[in-house]
Amino acid sequence: MMALNNEIVKQKLVEKFGEQLTNWEEPYNFLTFVAPKDLNLKVLQFLYDDETLKFRFLTDLCAVHYPDRKGEEVAVVYHLHNLENNIRVRFKVYTDAEKTEVYTATALYEAANWMERETYDFFGVNFIGHPNLKRILNVDEMDYFPLRKQYPLEDQTRVDKDDEMFGRGGSIL
Amino acid sequence: MSDILHHNIKLPKGAIEKETTTLNLGPTHPATHGVMQNIIELDGERIVSAEQTIGYIHRAFEKLAERRPLFQITTLTDRLNYCSAPLNNMGWHLTCEKLLGIQTPKRVDYLRVIIMELSRITDHLICNSIVGVDSGAFTGFLYVMQYRELVYEIYEEICGARLTTNMGRIGGFERNFNDTAWKKLDKFLVEFPKAWKEFGNLFLRNRIFMDRLIGTGAISAERALNYGFTGPNLRAAGVDYDVRVHTPYSSYQDFNFTIPVGTTGDNYDRFLVRDQEVWQSISIIQQAYQKVQEFKGAEAEVYHADAPEYYLPEKELVYTRMESLIWHFKIVMGETEIPKGEVYNSIEGANGELGFYLISDGGRTPYRLHFRRPCFIYYQAYSELTKGGMLSDAIMTMSSLNLIAGELDA
Repeated sequence: MMALNNEIVKQKLVEKFGEQLTNWEEPYNFLTFVAPKDLNLKVLQFLYDDETLKFRFLTDLCAVHYPDRKGEEVAVVYHLHNLENNIRVRFKVYTDAEKTEVYTATALYEAANWMERETYDFFGVNFIGHPNLKRILNVDEMDYFPLRKQYPLEDQTRVDKDDEMFGRGGSIL
Repeated sequence: MSDILHHNIKLPKGAIEKETTTLNLGPTHPATHGVMQNIIELDGERIVSAEQTIGYIHRAFEKLAERRPLFQITTLTDRLNYCSAPLNNMGWHLTCEKLLGIQTPKRVDYLRVIIMELSRITDHLICNSIVGVDSGAFTGFLYVMQYRELVYEIYEEICGARLTTNMGRIGGFERNFNDTAWKKLDKFLVEFPKAWKEFGNLFLRNRIFMDRLIGTGAISAERALNYGFTGPNLRAAGVDYDVRVHTPYSSYQDFNFTIPVGTTGDNYDRFLVRDQEVWQSISIIQQAYQKVQEFKGAEAEVYHADAPEYYLPEKELVYTRMESLIWHFKIVMGETEIPKGEVYNSIEGANGELGFYLISDGGRTPYRLHFRRPCFIYYQAYSELTKGGMLSDAIMTMSSLNLIAGELDA
């Protein structure tokens, strides 16, 4: 059997989904593409089920915030791995920051549970169908999504805070 | 009758009717080894369900990283899995080098392999000896602990720090290993295998220990994969996935070693896999040591790649040469622009696949950095692993999974 490579994976996906998958790239030999957000589960399922592809390991799921992309500010990124042939694939779905709705992958991968909770916690992505979508690392009372770009880190030049309490400034001796 | 009880003892409402007990295990309990909370529902001593609460030491590393030049992020990685900080450091440097396209010399690769395997040993050593401690056998812990101290002394010789090491630089090491470091490594290679053998003798075929661990906290290979297990915990379930072999980095392809695998995925197999991995690591260190010794002349002095944009020049040159002065300032002030790109790089951390997903938009700091933290991913399975078992087994499961709060919470 011929070894699985990026070409074959791409070909298989194009055969199945055609023009719907876009932005094909291979940065550092890592096959990457963009899928419409409504198709994320179909793509995941196809990659999982197909007898040649067998991408059955969810390596990572996270999000990236692009405030300049109007209407599709938040990208949810999936990293999948075929452990048998040792080949990886990455795909992204873009969603509106105001109304982030992406189908959950928890039915396919138990691992997605906390990864999605983390993504919700930091980016506010609403994973539809998630069994327990609540904050995981931040406090429940938090009312914003801290990894979005509109929340800057603390101003390093601020002076209204007693820096001695935080190990900065103050007297050294 | 029940009215009287309620009146005198003040049980929570409905406590008698529900017939199970709710137990808060943690966040600060000696048996949780870190700040993690488990709300356990008990029927007698059997666990009905366990719900984890995490995030007690969340420090927003991913956000912080968005304002730091690459070399300042190394200190953040220290604080992920702090039982094997140099592994995280090397993983991060390798990620940066992949993005920047820096080729490291062979000698640097081998030095890194030595450091990475030493930290794998310290990590497994802690995990396995803590499994011993939690099962009531304190002795083994004391036998091997002094060798972690020795490894920390080696770290000190190399980078000056012990726990949060900030070791190495993009492109290599900040300085060559000195004689004391090599001498201590010699000592380690002679003495530690004896202690590890002794440690094994105490536990591996110990009837009490085996009865305590076999069959508890088990997971099948299929479930483990579905839960995103990697590292020793996945291998204990029988899947021979190891990043060092699947996607060799830092010249791991030059070494001879085997991947130990278990069959049942229970606490005992996890213990065995880690035990065997330590032997493999010792062998890798010996091979790397030999390879490093083989470099002669100028090659034997190489400890970093030629990457002037990211690797600090010698202080002497900063005072005498203009270019070095410029590079020095550009690096220290974090004014080097990172090339645009998107990279995922992973290494075999002590707990599993430690991944770095780095996106650069061409600025001075990463646009986005995400850590794939193996602990965080496999801790989800804890509820399934402990369900139906005894409370005391849940404690063993927690320690044999090797949960490190720093990595869990980022």
